[in-house]
Amino acid sequence: MDILISGLLLGGTYALIAMGLNLQYGVARIMNLANGEMLVLGGLAAFWMFVAAEISPLLTMLIVAPLAFVGNWLIYVFLLKPLVRRAKNQGQLEVDSILATFGMSFILVGIMVMIRSEYFTYSFLANPFEILGSTVAENRLVAFGAAVLIGLALYLWLNHSRPGMAVRAVSVSPDAAKLVGINVERISALAFALGGAVTGVGGTLISTFITLDASVGVIFTMKALIIVIMGGVGEIRGAILAALILGLVETAVATLIDPGLTLASAYLIFLLILLFRPQGLFGRRST
Amino acid sequence: MKRRTFNKAIAKGIATAGLAAFLSTTSWAADTIKIGAVWPKTGPLAGGATVTQGPNIEMWVKQVNARGGLKLKDGQKMIELIEYDDKTNPGEHIKAVQRLATQDKVDFIIAPYGTGFNIAAAPIYAKYGYPQIAVSAISDKIEELTARYPNLFFTLGTTTAFVEGVRDILVDMRDAGTIGNKVAMINVADAFGIELADAARPIFAKAGLEIVYDKSYPLGTPDLSPVMKGAKASNPDAFVAWSYPPDTFGLTEQAVIENLDVKAFYTAVATCFPAYGGKFGSKVNNNLGAGGVNPDTPEMKAYFKAHKELTGKDADFWASANTYVSLQILEQAIEGVGASDKAAVSQYIKDNTFKTIMGDIKFENQFSNRFWTVGQWQDGVFRGVKSVNVDGAASVRAKSGWN
Repeated sequence: MDILISGLLLGGTYALIAMGLNLQYGVARIMNLANGEMLVLGGLAAFWMFVAAEISPLLTMLIVAPLAFVGNWLIYVFLLKPLVRRAKNQGQLEVDSILATFGMSFILVGIMVMIRSEYFTYSFLANPFEILGSTVAENRLVAFGAAVLIGLALYLWLNHSRPGMAVRAVSVSPDAAKLVGINVERISALAFALGGAVTGVGGTLISTFITLDASVGVIFTMKALIIVIMGGVGEIRGAILAALILGLVETAVATLIDPGLTLASAYLIFLLILLFRPQGLFGRRST
Repeated sequence: MKRRTFNKAIAKGIATAGLAAFLSTTSWAADTIKIGAVWPKTGPLAGGATVTQGPNIEMWVKQVNARGGLKLKDGQKMIELIEYDDKTNPGEHIKAVQRLATQDKVDFIIAPYGTGFNIAAAPIYAKYGYPQIAVSAISDKIEELTARYPNLFFTLGTTTAFVEGVRDILVDMRDAGTIGNKVAMINVADAFGIELADAARPIFAKAGLEIVYDKSYPLGTPDLSPVMKGAKASNPDAFVAWSYPPDTFGLTEQAVIENLDVKAFYTAVATCFPAYGGKFGSKVNNNLGAGGVNPDTPEMKAYFKAHKELTGKDADFWASANTYVSLQILEQAIEGVGASDKAAVSQYIKDNTFKTIMGDIKFENQFSNRFWTVGQWQDGVFRGVKSVNVDGAASVRAKSGWN
């Protein structure tokens, strides 16, 4: 029972890390290597607001979301759109966007080091909570709840709304989407900005229970990449399922075998999925 | 980008960087003494280095320059500090030291941050003959290393001494009937944690302490609750974690949540950080950790005050002071020699006793055998409770709950 609950909570954390990148890579086709830095920036905002003005991270989250949305929109319009227009094919765009966002990640790290180079440590809802006989931390539970809400909202929006349908259309085929009158550039910008907002909010929530610092972003980028590729690019359900599987397996291995093997087990699953289902759990086989 | 334009861009970048370096080396007159420093401003070790290393360098340079600079035979010289970020990457560190030696032509370099970096970079410091007064480096291979590098000095202690400090506390508490024999021990799976855990197993066993839980976890594990649940299930009397900064915070938080009720709770690096006390407040009262200080001596009181005034930050309760001491030693050795002579300064460090904020420091075989090993949070201050040859240890208290 402990494994199940702790594993689900960890899976929720992973979903927060990966859902944003999934939108950015799956729809806007931007392999955003600054994803982790965006997450840490959300954490820095939470830390800063909490320490300076004792504002709850749950409130900060509501401020972070629109700020990150606008910020990422601007990044897409000014930094990435020229790359998209110039790219002759998907491969070239991928290489260009990897280089551009890799550079951006250094700029973001530099900015954060200037603001705060030490650890972002504070205590928020670090209390035990009994759930079905298992003790969990309240802050993790809150983050899990938020992950569920965000995931559900994204899923419903993508599958039951007109703009959501347009986003899915762009995700499947940008060229065909253009033919039916979808403004692909605007939808891509929307998806990129939305992805950034989800990641920023994720960072705000995660900072309540993981001690972040300015340089830690790359770890989250790697985790998000693994989850996105495991789940299938552009598939919100796939990302959530992959995140939960990863959380459950890591917790089971840590509890039953050895905590030292969690990383190894995560990469083992990743390897198995790449071997037997290279398009990801929910991914479509490319033609 | 086409390959040719890319190459052109790189060439242009190199030319600009070269020009900048040229300008920076020629624009300073000879009335300064150049001190280099390479430490992680970004990367995994940055969070610790910006507490322990950076502010002390800043403070020391400000203080020396405020009194007119270092007194040399040919007059007083202001310090010109040249700092590089090694990005927590040993390769970058070595490149930066080469650059300091050959391009910037600095007179002295402040030793690296971290055990691995001090050992990995020792050959390059030795190659250029810079005295390397290592602070944040704990190892059992000190004898071997100092024999190989005549310019390398150690000040913070040995792995075995740190484990023995913890053992002494646990044995004293057991003999007093406060705790039983059972110890849950975990370590971070990197060089530092593995070396300490390997040293601890035989030392604890010999002292009659039984290790009932013994696991490692990868650096940066996002969820330490399975580790803490496992440790709690083993029903220990004491908890010992050879941990690194982000995990020290994470393990303590999990211990609060799981209510791990032990009379002795030890986490290693960063327990001494002001941020640790700031985050947990009274909950971590009587928590044990690596390091320590005696905050009550007039010298240390003055040091903490000056640190806050000059850098705007609080010093930590351990290696901050040692880092400052290493700079005091460098300062006194340079002034003692009276010239920018690297070999003479190394020799001076070997031959003399230095008056520092931690008392008199003297090196034997390039090792200063005077350091704190274990400290304890006691009513908001992290006091040294076990040391090797340092006076002023407070008496150890038993922990009672997480309130």
